[in-house]
Amino acid sequence: MADFKGFTPVPLPETAPYWAAARRHVLELPYCTACGAFHYYPRATCPHCLSSALEWRRVSGRGRLHTFTVVHRGPRDFPLGTPYVLAVVELDEGPRLMTNLVGVPADPAAVRIGMPVEVTFVDLSDAVALPHFRPVESAS
Amino acid sequence: MSRERRRMRGRVAIVGAAESDELGKLPHKSALALHAEAARNALADAGLRKEDVDGVFSAGLWMAAETAEYMGLRPRYIDGTQIGGCSFIAHVEHAMAALDAGLCDVALITHGESGASRVGMPGTRFGHDSIRLQFEGPFGLFGPPTGYALAAARHMHEFGTTSEQLAELAVSTRRWAQLNPRAMMRDPLTVDDVLSSRMISWPLHLLDCCLVTDGGGAIVLVRAERAADFPKPPVWVLGTGECASHVHVHQMPDFARWDAAAVAARLAFEMAGVTHADIDVAEFYDAFTIVPVMGLEAAGFCKPGEGGAFVAGGRTAPGGAFPMNTNGGGLSYTHTGMYGMFTLIEAVRQLRGECGARQVAGAKTAICHGLGGMFSASATLICGTERP
Repeated sequence: MADFKGFTPVPLPETAPYWAAARRHVLELPYCTACGAFHYYPRATCPHCLSSALEWRRVSGRGRLHTFTVVHRGPRDFPLGTPYVLAVVELDEGPRLMTNLVGVPADPAAVRIGMPVEVTFVDLSDAVALPHFRPVESAS
Repeated sequence: MSRERRRMRGRVAIVGAAESDELGKLPHKSALALHAEAARNALADAGLRKEDVDGVFSAGLWMAAETAEYMGLRPRYIDGTQIGGCSFIAHVEHAMAALDAGLCDVALITHGESGASRVGMPGTRFGHDSIRLQFEGPFGLFGPPTGYALAAARHMHEFGTTSEQLAELAVSTRRWAQLNPRAMMRDPLTVDDVLSSRMISWPLHLLDCCLVTDGGGAIVLVRAERAADFPKPPVWVLGTGECASHVHVHQMPDFARWDAAAVAARLAFEMAGVTHADIDVAEFYDAFTIVPVMGLEAAGFCKPGEGGAFVAGGRTAPGGAFPMNTNGGGLSYTHTGMYGMFTLIEAVRQLRGECGARQVAGAKTAICHGLGGMFSASATLICGTERP
């Protein structure tokens, strides 16, 4: 994935801890100690109550596939190639995030909305890693 | 609040409406030229001169003041609200407020976009530190189809909406386009054609997606007391509404329900004081087949989840019970990128009885229902031939 530069995120002050954790293959989200809720994407103020009393907390990395699409016409040089699964995952902690579903064929017949998924990180470079999700083995 | 809103109905009217000289693939015309052409044509339609305009409302990827400068206008009221393709419908609400407050006397709303040829279009503004390129771009969110497909898939999952139902909407819309000489796509279309067209982003096929064209449009509004003094019969602004809920598609509050559209439509019906049964003709933004399906649900023409069944069976086609997208829509007539202006122009023409072969007989009340961003925003206009 060394050629992933076109899709490499550049952090803002309020998102830098998220990307720093991702680089360690840890999924952390801002948690508001004023209203007791996580949010995503990371802001400097809680979108639920506008408080700045935020702290970074590790989340489970587990959730369910909320919706998805199988993309046949995607960006040039996208490292996953086409087709790929663009997905929205709802974490057990509540927030939804956009990701790629990996570890399954990019075929609507192989993907089920509601299926349990877990995070898996992919390194873009020494400095940046992205959270992807894969199905949780049903046997586990 | 409802009473305050109700007070606004019939306070202003649309007295001019027109497209640019040409629509389609226009590599010889810049986006700003299309704005200006459309403005000239709308002013001519209203029998007004450029010098009469003192309010300019426009959305583009540049400042509305630049659009005004290009047209040689020096407005004393200017509004560059940009909430995506429905911006121009929202501008009607804003123009209504400005006209009613006496902040301007002649409001010109313009649209021009070189969506296909990309002539004179500013480049992307997304930096790699934008929210979009941090939290969506790296996963291959690519243009509108991928985002809309996320909603379509969830709608199908929750409600059993089918690709066949979506295809029927495209077919009905094409049948209107066949009656519109200015429509780009006028060949016959079948459900099988849609379903066998190339998959772009499952579950959306190529023919579930709108056209990509160049073009412009403009409308002119004045206060009620002057509205009868123009060459064409006034189209009264009866009700307006707008709402924005998010920008990035992953922030969509509910992927199977278009929250912003429900708010915009409820506000517009509240102001207009009309019922759904009063609507004779509907212009629903159709960037993708799923959009009007969710729009009809949000606007209350059917229940949540019933949009697919609602549009099936040719209900929205010529001769159907619910004439919708009578110009051929973004799917078959034109779609410059921010399509909302064209819903306004078509509603005006239907209410004036100017539509020839595609005229909905006796149309007195119309609804324009617009989309912005990724189901991010919505704006609604209800307009009619009779002053309340």
